[in-house]
Amino acid sequence: MSPNTRNPEGPLGAGVPAPDFRLPRSPDQAVSLRDFRGRPVIVAFYPADWSPVCGDQMALYNEVLPEFRRHGAELLGVSVDGVWCHAAFARDRKLHFPLLADFEPKGAVARRYGVYREGDGFTERALFVIDGEGVIRWSHVSPLGVNPGADGILRALEALAGDRTPA
Amino acid sequence: MSRRDTAAVLALAVSERDHIQGPAGAPVTLVEYGDYECPHCGRAYPIIKKVRERMGRRLRFVYRNFPLRESHPHAQHAAEAAEAAGAQGKFWEMHDRLFERQFALDDEYLVEYAGDLGLDIARFREELAAGVYEPRVREDFRSGVLSGVNGTPTFFVNGVRHDDAWDFEPLAAALERAAVTRQPPPGTAPDPA
Repeated sequence: MSPNTRNPEGPLGAGVPAPDFRLPRSPDQAVSLRDFRGRPVIVAFYPADWSPVCGDQMALYNEVLPEFRRHGAELLGVSVDGVWCHAAFARDRKLHFPLLADFEPKGAVARRYGVYREGDGFTERALFVIDGEGVIRWSHVSPLGVNPGADGILRALEALAGDRTPA
Repeated sequence: MSRRDTAAVLALAVSERDHIQGPAGAPVTLVEYGDYECPHCGRAYPIIKKVRERMGRRLRFVYRNFPLRESHPHAQHAAEAAEAAGAQGKFWEMHDRLFERQFALDDEYLVEYAGDLGLDIARFREELAAGVYEPRVREDFRSGVLSGVNGTPTFFVNGVRHDDAWDFEPLAAALERAAVTRQPPPGTAPDPA
């Protein structure tokens, strides 16, 4: 994890209950983290719609989505962009997963996850894999210019599947 | 800031499942994760040819599929077409044809290329329609994701992701360095001396 002077407490790590949130996914719909209880959720904070690296990262996740879904996992992209910006970006990139607007109060959810960059006004490029009980099982912050890829997420999902003991 | 915060390594070792050009005992293995409809891969194709000429028997080249289906509507079928040609012993011929004819990858063209290569067209068509090689292509894709492939083309030199530029000079230089260090790919036994 990259050192981050702006978040002295750093990003939330494995074993910590994931703070619940409710964020708009479109002008008239909102999504709560707790809606996904019972299955893994990947929360991918990214600095901004339209910036080239984010586009690559989200495009990659769009391609890897079937692999995430094989694990029953939902993917949520989060940035401080507003819903209309997200809508245009998602349409342009043909994204098949929701982009949530951490827009008002700006970055409030990112702050609770310890991944808001105060001086910049946007979020870190940060990944959280949350289990079906709402506990963070893996997190990772990349340097802003680096596409973190999907291997860490897939490995975390595989580890989760391995932990799940048959009833 | 280094682009490589952790060195990404090949999650699936090169084996008999792979399409390989060059001698098994070559000191350097170059793996490409590519997409036949990706313009950057199209640009890499002649560079790889040149690099192979320069390295000769010191290089073995492996091509794996990483079709970006959402961006490139023909990429998945093109990948399956190359595998179908491979099943009839003509993988590399089809691989080359697809990169040379990147602008024409509709199914009817894939069948035309199969005909040009002298393949059993009926079998080719049937296998493509039935998605016989879909699992194989997915296996390649998945191994790419697990290896830290973020886009195409992504190269691995002796099992380690090549994060520098892949124009001829930097790629050739990286391969020459690897040939000198003779670092064996992770997960494989070192070459018998």
